[in-house]
Amino acid sequence: MKKGRFGHYGGQYMPETLMMAVQELEEAYGFYKNDPDFINELDGLLKNYAGRPSLLYYAEKVTRELGGAKVYLKREDLNHTGSHKINNVLGQVLLAKRMGKTRVIAETGAGQHGVATATAAALMDMECEIFMGKEDTERQALNVFRMELLGAKVHTVTSGTMTLKDAVNGTMREWTARMDDTLYVLGSVMGPHPFPAIVRDFQKVIGKEIKEQLMVAEGKLPDVVVACVGGGSNAMGAFYEFIQDPSVKLIGCEAAGLGVDNPKNAATIANGTVGVFHGMKSYFCQDEYGQIAPVYSISAGLDYPGIGPEHANLSDTDRAQYVPITDAEAVDAFEYLSRTEGIIPAVESAHAVAFAKKLAPTMAKDQIIVVNLSGRGDKDVAAIARYKGVSIHE
Amino acid sequence: MSRITNAFANRKAFIPFITGGDPDIETTEKLVPAMVEAGADLIEIGIPFSDPVAEGIVIQEADERALKGGCTTDKLFDMVLRIRQKTDVPLLFMTYLNPIFTYGKEKFLSRCAECGIDGIIVPDMPFEEKDELANVCELHEIDLISMIAPTSKERITLIAKEARGFIYCVSSLGVTGVRSEIKTDIGKMVQKVREVTGVPCATGFGISTPEQAGSMARLADGVIVGSAIVKLVAEFGKDSVEPVSEYVRSIKKGIEDALK
Repeated sequence: MKKGRFGHYGGQYMPETLMMAVQELEEAYGFYKNDPDFINELDGLLKNYAGRPSLLYYAEKVTRELGGAKVYLKREDLNHTGSHKINNVLGQVLLAKRMGKTRVIAETGAGQHGVATATAAALMDMECEIFMGKEDTERQALNVFRMELLGAKVHTVTSGTMTLKDAVNGTMREWTARMDDTLYVLGSVMGPHPFPAIVRDFQKVIGKEIKEQLMVAEGKLPDVVVACVGGGSNAMGAFYEFIQDPSVKLIGCEAAGLGVDNPKNAATIANGTVGVFHGMKSYFCQDEYGQIAPVYSISAGLDYPGIGPEHANLSDTDRAQYVPITDAEAVDAFEYLSRTEGIIPAVESAHAVAFAKKLAPTMAKDQIIVVNLSGRGDKDVAAIARYKGVSIHE
Repeated sequence: MSRITNAFANRKAFIPFITGGDPDIETTEKLVPAMVEAGADLIEIGIPFSDPVAEGIVIQEADERALKGGCTTDKLFDMVLRIRQKTDVPLLFMTYLNPIFTYGKEKFLSRCAECGIDGIIVPDMPFEEKDELANVCELHEIDLISMIAPTSKERITLIAKEARGFIYCVSSLGVTGVRSEIKTDIGKMVQKVREVTGVPCATGFGISTPEQAGSMARLADGVIVGSAIVKLVAEFGKDSVEPVSEYVRSIKKGIEDALK
């Protein structure tokens, strides 16, 4: 099999100008992932700076109300910067530093990856520039200011649909112009090889901790692991440790926006077809001529027309299932978890909570669902208020 | 001798680029023969893509205009078939892998052959992934044009050895678009190619003035100009035939003058 493939998917579909950069990264990562100094330094940062391990919380009230399987929440929202994104950026920015780079660039949708990258760059003395679609800078104005506060320069991307995919285009174009001192810190398990493998490796700590923590709490494996999927980094991180455990069902929740039958959605597995875009072969929402579709979700972090290649393969091989969750279901879950457990989830993560809400009552009381709560919802409060028609001053 | 090889024989080839269907198919259909008349030796037609990651703002906007105007791959095939009745100039399609892949690789290349397309350029398909199209291109006798960049270094040998038609020599880092100067040592890149193959080298990215075209023509076998022409189409729209022809003549003259 060719390198960087997950079944048919993945690959390295990049302009020639960037091939040297991705191959340099591949070589550096191949070395540092086995380098004891690198591993120790990263472990130290994850523990002392990001706050790992994150809690595995038994949501007793939710469990009781839903009346079925036990629901556990993996609290990635409690990490420094408020989401799982920090796991990956600490790894990649540290890697950039070891490679002798002095500048990092990144795309961001909701702003979580941008904030995390800006944070790691501040900590490790790197220049940082973030690309964000204009629509997202409006939906997530506070995160723009937050990134600037951390010393990053934020570029507003005004091409195309002005959302996450356009932010990726903008960052790729910037990298093409300047790569000698710059590393593209990609935020999800997507893009050309080696990014899907690097990001998954830096995120797999989530599943590893879930397994250890649940073994202590319950003495067994979970029956189901649920996570939201845009590009799919938190899901891949939560799933990876369990791929070889066939009894554990893996479920990814895609953003269905106004519904899978409505053009305003971002459910790639449900509606997409195989294509090649952003450096990878995978599923994409597109038309019959291969034009990438303008997708939609209330969640800026899931508003992406593709999915990571390893997920595409997990779906084809039936090792994981992918289900669509609408805006309405996600907002309902957002409010439900806030009210029931006093935990405000990111609207992205609320997609996973929404599915758990449907699934738990259908399962037996001795079964276990782990929901990866990938981020906290503070950033979404204003958007949810707008969705509900409540007028507030930000 | 193929039409592409022929276009490079005994001359430095001038290769203008326009985005197909910008602002509409009718204009593209007039522009192609007009550019041939004005001195173009090969013509590169872009199939618009929603997310052209290797393009600067000028071609991005052209793609958007074309798609908004209803341009599709099928409409461009039909247009090329009509153009082929009028001219023997080598015609190339430039597009991203996804429009080809989604159309169906076999169907796309067989239609290329039917309509008289001579070669294709796919900027997001590097050497490592060219198996995706190489065989089906060969089957239909369409040249799959290879690209080399200022960062290619040792890769140049690897790429040049398997090159067909001509080699697209990317002059600068970054995306397409007009540049005030070109800093890369193009002569050195071409020399590296020469060590392994006789396939001609055409250089592009950033070239916009007759002087730049002239100095590039001294170093390479051909000169590609894209964004500068697309800018004229953006400005003059349906009335761009005349200004584009005039511009193409000026570039052709710049190339010829440099070689005197």
